[in-house]
Amino acid sequence: MSKLDTQGQLWEVFIQSKAGQSYKHAGAVHGYDKDMALNNARDTYTRRGEGTGLWVVPSKEIVAVTVEGDISFFEPATDKIYRHPTFYNLPEGVKNM
Amino acid sequence: MELTQVTEETLMKEFQAKIDADAKIEPNDWMPDDYRLHLIRQISQHAHSEVIGMQPEGNWITRAPSLRSKKILLAKIQDEGGHGLYLYSAAETLGVSRDQFIQWLHTGKAKYSSIFNYPTLNWADIGAIGWLVDGAAITNQVSLQRTSYGPYARAMVRICKEESFHQRQGYEIMWKMMKGTKEQRAMAQDAINRWWWPALMMFGPKDGDSPRSSTAMKYKIKRETNDQLREKFIQKTIPQAHLIGLTIPDSAINLLEDGSYTHGEIDWTEFWKVVNGDGPCNKQRLAHHVKYHEEGAWVRECAQAFEDYLMK
Repeated sequence: MSKLDTQGQLWEVFIQSKAGQSYKHAGAVHGYDKDMALNNARDTYTRRGEGTGLWVVPSKEIVAVTVEGDISFFEPATDKIYRHPTFYNLPEGVKNM
Repeated sequence: MELTQVTEETLMKEFQAKIDADAKIEPNDWMPDDYRLHLIRQISQHAHSEVIGMQPEGNWITRAPSLRSKKILLAKIQDEGGHGLYLYSAAETLGVSRDQFIQWLHTGKAKYSSIFNYPTLNWADIGAIGWLVDGAAITNQVSLQRTSYGPYARAMVRICKEESFHQRQGYEIMWKMMKGTKEQRAMAQDAINRWWWPALMMFGPKDGDSPRSSTAMKYKIKRETNDQLREKFIQKTIPQAHLIGLTIPDSAINLLEDGSYTHGEIDWTEFWKVVNGDGPCNKQRLAHHVKYHEEGAWVRECAQAFEDYLMK
């Protein structure tokens, strides 16, 4: 074998399964440009009408954080339980709330 | 130095605790080297199998007996290519490039399922592949939907949704042939005679002889052992064969009172022979992949030049 050749950059694929719904991550494809990435995503991830919309995003452009990587990052969300409706006491018999 | 060792130990403990709690491991999470290496090997081998598996079926596209069966076969083979891509993507999240995986395939460092080293001699073989080979693959893949590595598990969910069409189209071919002429029934029987044992071999060596099984089970990469999965497949497939009048080429098969079947033992000498490269089509399959990959190099170079031009 000679040198490693290239297969284009990596793109993350997001599918909207029904109009009005949010786009969900499906996987990734290789492509040399935007059009090829979209075409490859269509052929790879929507062969059975799985989608009404497709996004492709260069993988290297994604900025991410996880709770494992940085616990303190999500900490502000854990100590304000009064943000949840179940925090509140309500009188017996109240309806439609 | 002391500090690093302690940290590693803690990380390992946390990792195993996550595995034990059935949590998924994601690409950027810490993972031990043997976990990463096992996944790189297993997922890429799985991806290569999907892609090499296109060859024995592609052999019949131009000779499919009707337009209906030709269209179905094309769609099925396209699915296999797609499954390869899902799996390569999952494998790439472990930090190895697509090019590298393909190079490892071409140099023989990476393997693919030995089943695809058997030839497809008549149309009934396409039926037998869909029904038995895809059937065995599904049995394994359903179990792998619960594998501990997130990207692999998600690829498996997607693949399982698509595979059941494959198995049904294969069984339909066999059923049609069994309702046909005496010659067609003989072709169907000949196909199962040749494919039954190789299909059972797809589950890998016996549990005791499977060198990496314990790592795979400890880390929940595999959720069931080779023998457990093989047994499941045997028990559900025997009645399917009998229903359409096919005989399984195993004289030890007997129906027991509890509804299960006894069966014979795989010829392990043949198994190891094919695994180690001495199957009927090993050289042909790999040479074909290398040839078309190299002949396609100019397409990749042009596309790359175009991308570079756009970036300027």
